[in-house]
Parts: sequence; structure tokens; C-alpha cells
Amino acid sequence: MSALLIKGGRVIDPASGGDGIADVLIRDGRIESVGTGLQDDDAVVLDATGMIVAPGFIDMHVHLREPGFEHAETIRSGAEAAAAGGFTTICCMPNTSPVNDCATVTSYIVQRAREVAKVNVFPIGAITKGSLGEELAAVGSMHKAGIVAISDDGRPVMNARVMRRAMEAARALDLPVIDHCEDLNLSAGGDMHEGVQSVRLGLGGIPSASEDVIVARDLLLAELTGARYHVAHLSTSRSMAMVAFAKSKGLAVSCEVTPHHFAITDDELVTYDSNYKMKPPLRCQHDVDAVIEGIVSGMVDVIATDHAPHAGSDKMQEFERCPFGITGLETAIGLSLAELVHKGRIGLTRFVELFTTGPANVLKLDRGTLAPGAPGDVTIFDLDSKWTYDVQQSLSKSRNSPFSGRQFRGGPLATIVAGEIVWRRL
Amino acid sequence: MLRGLLTTPSKSACGLLDIESLDRAEIEAILERARYFQPAPGETYRRLETLRGKMIVNLFFEASTRTRVSFEIAERRLGADTVSIAAQTSSVSKGESLVDTLNTLVAMRPDAIVMRHSASGAPHFLARHLQIPIINAGDGTHEHPTQALLDARTILDRGKSLEGLRVAIIGDIAHSRVARSNVHLLSRFGADIVLCGPPSLVPRELENLAPGVRLAYDMKEALRNADVIMMLRVQLERQHEAPMSAGEYFRFYGLRLEHLALAKSDVIVMHPGPINRGRELSSDVADSQRSVILNQVENGVAVRMAVLERILP
Repeated sequence: MSALLIKGGRVIDPASGGDGIADVLIRDGRIESVGTGLQDDDAVVLDATGMIVAPGFIDMHVHLREPGFEHAETIRSGAEAAAAGGFTTICCMPNTSPVNDCATVTSYIVQRAREVAKVNVFPIGAITKGSLGEELAAVGSMHKAGIVAISDDGRPVMNARVMRRAMEAARALDLPVIDHCEDLNLSAGGDMHEGVQSVRLGLGGIPSASEDVIVARDLLLAELTGARYHVAHLSTSRSMAMVAFAKSKGLAVSCEVTPHHFAITDDELVTYDSNYKMKPPLRCQHDVDAVIEGIVSGMVDVIATDHAPHAGSDKMQEFERCPFGITGLETAIGLSLAELVHKGRIGLTRFVELFTTGPANVLKLDRGTLAPGAPGDVTIFDLDSKWTYDVQQSLSKSRNSPFSGRQFRGGPLATIVAGEIVWRRL
Repeated sequence: MLRGLLTTPSKSACGLLDIESLDRAEIEAILERARYFQPAPGETYRRLETLRGKMIVNLFFEASTRTRVSFEIAERRLGADTVSIAAQTSSVSKGESLVDTLNTLVAMRPDAIVMRHSASGAPHFLARHLQIPIINAGDGTHEHPTQALLDARTILDRGKSLEGLRVAIIGDIAHSRVARSNVHLLSRFGADIVLCGPPSLVPRELENLAPGVRLAYDMKEALRNADVIMMLRVQLERQHEAPMSAGEYFRFYGLRLEHLALAKSDVIVMHPGPINRGRELSSDVADSQRSVILNQVENGVAVRMAVLERILP
């Protein structure tokens, strides 16, 4: 059928450890071969000289807002923004309306994605019915319908007994449990990180401890149940230390961090710009340093965006009234290159790993590699092109990014899903 | 012309959003000019024509008596036309957003907006989107800049210097915009500031708010050798949990006459109002010779005249 030959790029494939100039041939939606001097007369040729060719990037933490909040984002628009950000696969959180807590909603998302999404979309199911934290959702049925994990992202399970039962159910299905770690009693009334800046600005604080106490609880429950457990958008130094400790004890624990949590601090909030309002909140420099150290040391498994679109009118309000969350799909690679690679903190193989084998291993996806037979998903990016992010040009339906106007060096150039070029920069 | 928040490239380059972004010279200039507006004993404020033809909208999204009336009197004494709106009677109660309400008002071409709002940063948010001077008359738990200015004027009127001044601010610091504005102003002039109250209302991070600030949880320690005692109202409406009982609060953090002996002999007692007698201070303190609470109210007009004159040339 169809073939695509990506020629002359620097191919980095963390799964095999490969890093060198090579060609990648994709046929009928799957990787056929990687090597030098590949030829194919029928293939469409993409010249990747001077570029980096990597397995398709995976963002395991995205909010697509469909069904229910289509004014903010749809499966179609979210997938387009993902493609423009260099992602070939995204996983969508269940806090839609209705909540993805049963096979019907899961099937709707899967079907809809098949029809309209440019990239692969894998749903994450709710832990509890309606994400109300009380009764377990239909985890088994959702698993059959295609979920890759369970999470009550944004409305975390407060009852430890319910969380225990969820972990037991997930373990039986070999699904990871992803938790948005926030003690809702400790964070109540908070709009930003609790510290000198919140006191200065007169805004309610969300203490680091509100994240840490839930991470601690969950790690104990993960040990009790043997479940695979994943900390979403980890943002504090103590949570990082606890995850490191749990890993040293051999627990099946993983964690993700977002670009905004390692790129900026709560110092940004002095303008009361609601595009700096999200959960967990932007923390202080001490926490940012710990997150970066976790990336460097290997404790962090995944970079995920927590792409959380909100309609402009929702964000054009007094700070304390605005909803939490910012978009992130289109700026993730640029920010991560700037903060991690250009500053010499990590090498390119580690960088690619955080977006490919990292999430693929957490979710047990057969992706994130250029091995022959793997899905023909490829992300092509570079390290040098200068570009400026203009949120008004975003392919997302929402505009709530704090990074509009920021200049980047290097970023996504082409996104290939199952051998098809679904996005390329001009 | 006063600047807004320095860190924001504000479209409305003038206005008064907070004390933190004012420098010492600007504060001194306002305080000095306010003295010129103060009436002689037994007289009323002079009626001037400085702002003749100017239209000022006073927009109060939160209940206020003294601040709103004080601004109105200041505006009228300077010859400006004024319109005052309380949120209950505006379209806000019909679900209109703050930006839309303000855009509607700005379309009617006033020269400045004086605004009080329950959300911290609301005037800063608007200043980024509107091209009109905004004077902050209190935003949430953030700042109340004209209150700090009138407090400073009142302290100076008593012949005290701000440099080295020992100030005890007592009560619900966490929720007090008055405390924040006063800390920034007093710190800029080298005062020693003790913040005191129950631990849940005096978060530890306050110590790093400005130079010269320290915290105390024992009122007697805070009052020792004080030149100025500022008492604050307990803002039950802003708290997210059950407060300390009124009796317990008054026992440990209420100001009573016998406390004044711990302070300097010429100590003054201040309160931004409204006062709750028997809650944060006893009636005899409120009515004592040491209380300057009514002088504060009086100075409010003079200080606001000075601010308005500076913002509307």
C-alpha cells in the first residue's frame, strides 16, 4: 500500500539505544526498517537532514473536554493541537460530562477518535462513578472498551478505603492507577502555591503538604495491594523523595512531571494572570529544582502536559474565580528542550525517553519505539530553529497558555501517525 | 503620576493599585500634599476646583461606608463629578462579568474608576485590559493602599517619625489588606513591625513579606515598647474554617486598657474600622485618649484628595 521513507535524520530510539544518522522506512502503517542507505521506489520521501527522528511522542495526560465541554476543546481540535506539538499519541482524562466511568462513554471516545482524531487517542477511565470518590466505576467493562489506566484526575479519591479497592481492581486487570494527589481539605480555598508569594498577593494557598500526604497514602496502599501506581503531575520536593524511596523498595511506582512545573515558579503570579493558575500550582524554586533533579537522576518516568483547555470567557475573570488549568500540547517540546537539553541537564536519548518509552512502559502500550513491526508513529524535531509561540494561532480551541510570545530554540517539525504525515511546520 | 504594578506593562499607566509598587519618594509626596488639604481645627475641607469637569466612578463590589464616603467627599471637595455604584444594584447581580461591567462603564468615558472588590488582584486584572486609571479602594485580602497612606499621615501628625518606629499590628493578618499595605509602606521607611495574632491568622511566610517584619504569637511581647498599635478586625467572612471563639480571641488577642502600659507612654492605638467593641479591642481603649481612630477617618479625605490630584492632572 503506502510507504514513507524518512531520510538522513539523526535517529534516536531509546528502546534500542540507537543514536545515529539513518533512514526510517514505514510501510502500511508500521515500521519496516531503520538503517543507512534505505531505498524504496514507491515510497514518499521525507528529507530529515539536520533533524532528529524519534519514535512518536506520547502525552499520557490530556483533557479533551469531549463529551460535554466542546466549547473549550473537542477530540478533533485537541488531536490537532497534539499533532502540532509533535505528539502522535495522547491519553485523555475522564473528567468530561458525562464522566468516562462506563463502557458507553469509553466506546464513544474511542469511536469518535477513530473518526476525527489525527493522532492516536487512548482514554483513561474514572476510578469512581461520576468521579465522586465513593463507588467504584465499571473498571472491567471500560478496560474491555479500551481504557489504558484509571484516574479521578482533578477530583481525587479522598477515602483511603475506596482507593485501596480501586488499586485491587486495577491490579487484577493490570491497569495502572493514576492519581492527581491533592488532599482537598488541605487545599480548600487555595488558588496558588502556599508560600511567601501567596501571602504577599493575598491569594489562598495550596500547601505542598496537600500533595505530599496523598502521595504518602497512595504509596502505602500501592505496597498493600501490589498495584501499579503512577503519580500525575508531581510538583514537590517531598513527593519526589517519597517516590524515589518507594522505587528503591521495589514498588511498581512511576511518576510524571509537566513542563510548566519545571520551567516556571510561583513568582509569575504577581500579575494575577489566570494563565498561571493550575493544579498542582506553580511551586517555588526549591520544588522546581527537585523536579529537575528527578528528571536528571532518572526518578521521573514521563513528561506529560496536563493540557487543560478552558474557554476564554472562563479565564477572563478575577483570579480566584477562574478555573484551574492551562494548555500545553504545543509548547511541551520547546519548553523541555529549553530547560533540560539546552541547559545541558540531560542528553537527547533521555529527553526522547521521557516522551516515548517512559509513558509506553507506564501504560504498557506497544509504542514509543522504532523497532520493526511497531506502529509507524514518528516525531521529527530539531534543536536550532527559532520560533515564537503565538497562542492566537493555536490549533486548540482554547487560548489559556502562559507561554504565548515566548521564543523557543528547536521544536516539532513533523508528526507522523501510522506512516501518514498528519502535521508539519510549513 | 503614580505607577501601577511595576511588573505589569499596564495599558493604564497611571492609577494606584498597591503600595508595594510605589517608591519612597512617591509616598512622601502624597503624604506631604495631604497635609496641605487638611482643614484647620474647627473648619471643613476647602472646596477646590482642581478636578472640575472630571468624572469619577466609585465602584464598590463590597460593602463599605467610610472608604466610599471618604472617596466621594475627596472627589467633590476637589470639584469632580462623581457617580457611586454598589454591586448589589449593578448588572453584576444579573451575571455580567467584571470585564464586561467595566467596559460598559468605560464606554461612558469617566476619567477614573475607584474600585473595591472582594477578589485579590481584581484591579490589577482590569488594569491589564482597560485604558483608564484605576484606584484600588481595597482588593480582597491583598492591599488597601489609601488606608496605609492615611495611617501614615495620622502617625506623622502625632509628631512621630516612621524611621525606627515600633509598630505592632494585631489580629487577622492573613486576611487583612490593611496589614499588607501598612507593612509595605512602613517597611519602606525603616519601621520595626511586629505582626501578632493566632497562628492560623499569622502564617509564617509573612516574616518574608518585607524587611523589618517579625512575628509574635504572644500579644504582650508584640506590645512591648510599641509606638503604634494597629488593631484589625477578624474577617470571619473570609475564613474557610471555624474560627477561634470570640471569648478565646478577646482573651488572648483583644486589646485592653492594661495592655497600654507595656507600650511607650505616648503610644497611639489605630484601627481601620469598622471596630467590633469587645471582640478585638475593649470599649475603653476605643474611646481612650490614646485612640486616633477618628483622626484616621478624618485624614482619609485629605490623603485621597492628594492621590486623586496626582492621578488626574
